[in-house]
Amino acid sequence: MERRNLAGAVFLSIIAVIFLFSALLMHPFGILDESEMDDYIIKNTQSETGADNGVTSVVFDYRGFDTLGEATVLFTAVAGVIMIFRRQKK
Amino acid sequence: MSEMSKIVRTITAVTFPFAMIYGLYVIAHGHLTPGGGFQGGAIVASACAMIMVAFGSKWTIDRIKEKRLSVLESVGAVAFIGLAFLGLIFGGVFFSNFIAGDDIASPLFDNAALGMSDINTAGVLPLMNFAVGLKVIAGLFAIVLVMAYATSSYKEGKK
Repeated sequence: MERRNLAGAVFLSIIAVIFLFSALLMHPFGILDESEMDDYIIKNTQSETGADNGVTSVVFDYRGFDTLGEATVLFTAVAGVIMIFRRQKK
Repeated sequence: MSEMSKIVRTITAVTFPFAMIYGLYVIAHGHLTPGGGFQGGAIVASACAMIMVAFGSKWTIDRIKEKRLSVLESVGAVAFIGLAFLGLIFGGVFFSNFIAGDDIASPLFDNAALGMSDINTAGVLPLMNFAVGLKVIAGLFAIVLVMAYATSSYKEGKK
């Protein structure tokens, strides 16, 4: 076996061991350790924003800044595509 | 992309309004039911893409220029950021929901009772949904339209 393949095998086995341990140490599904923020949002969404859809109230109100970044990503993508595929002058 | 057969065009013309109304419903009820500006905008944009596939990209680009679409997208982005800055001015915090709230009594977009949200509650959330919906509709449709037209005109030029 070449030296490169050997190094690759060692590296991948280290990664595999790390993943295995992180999978074993994961807390059980559906049971949260820290849920203070979730409880606050679930409890106060309707009274603070007046919206029934909690996801929308998080996306546009509690975490509006994240949505601004998302909209910026969309704007940049559209600008890039239009710039590449714009009509050439004949 | 050239136009498809008459059967496809007729069926598309029949189903297009339903897809359009469903997407606009998802945008308008974004604060009440699952969905929102992004999702409803994607539905409307796919309805417009269906029109484009059935009738051909040249037919579509003769009626809607991509410059108009990018203007619409910028209008949506400016409305979104403008609402955020209005929150900074009136509410004190960037992206604050300055219309809704217990201390502000406004006739429109006011807070309703708990669990009794209606189409006119939730403050700036519906307005932001409209802004993002406009942005997503115009942006996605502009991408699809420009790419389809560019590939078809490239083929024609090679012939």
